[in-house]
Amino acid sequence: MQLICILCPRGCHIEINQGEDGKWEVKGYACKRGRDYAIQEATCPLRVLTTSIWVEGGNHRLVSAKTDRSIPKDKIIESLKQTKGLTVKAPIDIGDVLIENIAGTGANLIATRRVDIKQV
Amino acid sequence: MNRKTEVAIIGGGPAGLAAALSCYKHGIRDILILERDEYLGGILQQCIHNGFGLHWFGQELTGPEYAQRFIDEVNKVGIPYLLNTMVLEITKDKTVYAVNPRHGLIEIEAKAVILAMGCRERTRGALKIPGGRPAGVYTAGMAQRLINIEGYMPGREVVILGSGDIGLIMARRLTWEGARVKMVCEIMPYSTGLIRNVRQCLDDYGIPLKFRHTVIRIHGRERLEGVTIARVDDRRQPIEGTEEYVSCDTLLLSVGLIPENELSEGAGVMLDPLTGGPIVDEFRQTSVPGIFSCGNVLHVHDLVDYVSEEAEIAGEGVYRYINGRNPSADDYLLVMPGNGIRYVVPQRIYGDSDVEFFFRPNAIYDKGVVELTDGDRVFASKKLLRMVPGQMERLRLKREALAGEGKIKSLQLRWRGPDKEDDGACS
Amino acid sequence: MYDVVIIGAGVVGTGIARELARYKLNIAVLEAGSDVAVGSSGANSGIVHAGYDCKPGTLMARLNVQGNAMFDEISRELDVPFKRNGSLVLAFNEDDISQLELLMTQGIRNGVPDLQILSGEEVLEMEPNVSSDVIAALWAPTGGITCPYGLAIAMAENAADNGVEFYFEHRVEYIEKKENGVFRIVTSRRDFAARYIVNAAGINGDVISKMAGDDSFSIHPRKGEYCLYDRKWGNTVKRTIFQPPSKMGKGVLVTPTVDGNLLVGPSAVDTDKRDDDYTSAEGLDFVYNIALKSVPSLSGDGVITVFAGLRAIADGGDFIIRPSYKVEGFIHAAGICSPGLTAAPAIAREVAAILARLSGELEPNKAFNPLRKGIKRFRDMDWEARAQLVEEDPRYGRIVCRCETVTEGEIVEALKSKLPVNAIDAIKRRTRAGMGRCQGGFCTPRIMEIVERELGIPMECITKKGGSSRIVLGKIKDFLKEGEGIE
Repeated sequence: MQLICILCPRGCHIEINQGEDGKWEVKGYACKRGRDYAIQEATCPLRVLTTSIWVEGGNHRLVSAKTDRSIPKDKIIESLKQTKGLTVKAPIDIGDVLIENIAGTGANLIATRRVDIKQV
Repeated sequence: MNRKTEVAIIGGGPAGLAAALSCYKHGIRDILILERDEYLGGILQQCIHNGFGLHWFGQELTGPEYAQRFIDEVNKVGIPYLLNTMVLEITKDKTVYAVNPRHGLIEIEAKAVILAMGCRERTRGALKIPGGRPAGVYTAGMAQRLINIEGYMPGREVVILGSGDIGLIMARRLTWEGARVKMVCEIMPYSTGLIRNVRQCLDDYGIPLKFRHTVIRIHGRERLEGVTIARVDDRRQPIEGTEEYVSCDTLLLSVGLIPENELSEGAGVMLDPLTGGPIVDEFRQTSVPGIFSCGNVLHVHDLVDYVSEEAEIAGEGVYRYINGRNPSADDYLLVMPGNGIRYVVPQRIYGDSDVEFFFRPNAIYDKGVVELTDGDRVFASKKLLRMVPGQMERLRLKREALAGEGKIKSLQLRWRGPDKEDDGACS
Repeated sequence: MYDVVIIGAGVVGTGIARELARYKLNIAVLEAGSDVAVGSSGANSGIVHAGYDCKPGTLMARLNVQGNAMFDEISRELDVPFKRNGSLVLAFNEDDISQLELLMTQGIRNGVPDLQILSGEEVLEMEPNVSSDVIAALWAPTGGITCPYGLAIAMAENAADNGVEFYFEHRVEYIEKKENGVFRIVTSRRDFAARYIVNAAGINGDVISKMAGDDSFSIHPRKGEYCLYDRKWGNTVKRTIFQPPSKMGKGVLVTPTVDGNLLVGPSAVDTDKRDDDYTSAEGLDFVYNIALKSVPSLSGDGVITVFAGLRAIADGGDFIIRPSYKVEGFIHAAGICSPGLTAAPAIAREVAAILARLSGELEPNKAFNPLRKGIKRFRDMDWEARAQLVEEDPRYGRIVCRCETVTEGEIVEALKSKLPVNAIDAIKRRTRAGMGRCQGGFCTPRIMEIVERELGIPMECITKKGGSSRIVLGKIKDFLKEGEGIE
């Protein structure tokens, strides 16, 4: 299986195959993180989800958010649907948990921007 | 309002913030940041995806998080800034004219000015794409603002022209919001964005990336109804018979960024036609002494980490300038792009420090060497497995390398290795 | 019941509306589009022609020269930008020179003042960027430049100030003349009754005429495509540069615009579609290549937008400004192609005279105020005036459109103007926000926020130019449906 590592902008072209003994043979990576990524990608691809959530009473309409760790790629859509209809109240700080254990992944959706209370 | 300051920084985005902090770190205390938006952080605030900061912070951050670290630092050390403040003019003698709703007209006499205004996107008009003029044709960055700042969807069925990073990121963002991204057309035979973005934004969702394709007609009078795409030949001209109609309500353009240098030109700063940004020395000083430039206003970067790094260099440059560094035009050694290189920054060097050259190739090249040479001697070189136009490369020149006998007239940065890769490999 | 219904709110219809407002008349203007000047009046060269190209003896010739002479006053009264920059018709060979002589003779017969044939050297002295192949030129100092839609907006606002009613997105679908001599006009929204109709429907002038029962002429659309250059190119030439005209029109010109850009165009291609405002690769290439002959240093880069407009050419080519021979009370102002913008003020007077002839003496409206003040223009003010303005109202200190230096105060002024303004293009044409090199990339979302705030229109309902031209199609999360995956 051919992969392009997405961990850093270098974008290594990695080849990964499972040997008969079940061990992974990985070629073309430039760092250990790349090797780990390839194995992860071959078994259960993980992604960080980033999105925005509506804010009530804030100095911004939206707060940007991300999962605090990578989640399985096939859980992304379910996670996104869980954000539908959600509105959070200002103030919000970076790192505040907006949704706990999103889509049962064990990851939290956390704020990535500070939103203060709107000054009238 | 009239005031004096040692350093006026035009722009409170990543470049301006890092430049301000760098000035501070070098002992300058009288700094003023002028930001046109209502918050600091610049375009990073709408880049809610992650992937920022791996080089600078050693961890992966989103755009707003990356920005906030700098904003927090600026607040901590107490560097003043003016928001909602548009600079209208900068003069050669470094007087800055600006306006904002709170202070009205503002005149600032500065000893040094750092230009950090960023860039703007190429538009449909600049490409002269024929057809109608309906709603639904937007630059990728405007769509990004609509979605990530305003909270509105530009459309449901989307075609993206150009594989620049913002376009790729928007393909995924739109997909994640339930829109259907039908394809990305790229006129070149390779992606102009980062490979990892092609992988995680398009491949992950089965969005086709059509190389050597462009949009040749825009259909619709009120709202966009569709586009005609076509394959292009080696001269990037549409090939007859390859036209295909694609229905869509939205066309996003991610076809290049242009450093925004109207203010710089007004101040008499000389521009490099290859970068669209000022001609600078190794401390990012422009052709006007005391005016510096960094970030996307200087040349378009693909990583904000490198913007921060460049801004830090400019900050040191300001410190040195205030303390008497003042090379004359004759003191400079010119650095030209040679074989395989599209541009190189800085374009001239004084030789009083190590130099970090930033450059881009003009095509894809595999397995070779980039070298800095005067034709006879090589002063710095680096092996590269691959270089692609979508990715900025760098090369460090040690100050000592230039020492030795013989006056060097000019330097050239060039690629030595196999010729550019055949375009076919990318289809 | 209206005394007069004017069909069409282009530069002709709005001009007539303003002129008729000088009299005690009950007037309505019906416009199919969402704003004034959305047809030919919004997409042309913006030239106030001197009047040497029109065949002597034609209506065009007379109204061109008359209209040209009226521009100083009308632009002053209405606060519309206008500049007599003069125009040059270049000659590159002997044939061209004989053309110049012909134009000069025509011009003198038409009453165009101060025409002069200059030598190549004199031309190059005036315009160093013009091709050095030039051997002579016809110099017409009375030629000028204005903002075509700006003029229409101003005339409409002034008409509205003086009591004229405007109905936008009211497309005329049916016209009948009832037995009592009153017209019933059915539009896409509601019916109108009127004693007189003025047909100022531009490209659809013949369609409207036929609706009323007069099929005495037809209109042939002729498309013209343009390239608009960045302000950086605005000083490439100071005068409007023509080449000798052809059968198809005045040819491709290179001109500064009154707002400081450089405009190149138009092409001239007959089309059978009345809504064909698409640009084409061929048309734009043609325009550029011909323009290069006038100004060889013209770059292929630097274009910030391209557009196309249709010219309404009537049978015979001349303007049709007269009462209908078939339908009493129906007045044509049709077939108004170039120099229609120049002639518009004179056409308006002509129509008023026709109406007076048909209806008997018109009673003057003593309350008529010919003055109209445009939106303040921060970018054109000096430092002191700017400072004072921001002091009075801080909204003028917030720049919304950075390319054209347009403030929030100006946007709000546009939204509060006499005519309904809520679409992005309507704001753009009144303030220039979004007209610059980034073409609204930065300011459109900000303008939408202001529209939402000031007018209470939800973001999803804000359009580019009325109708179905919504800018955004929903809120985020709206398109995420339960139970559906992403393909």
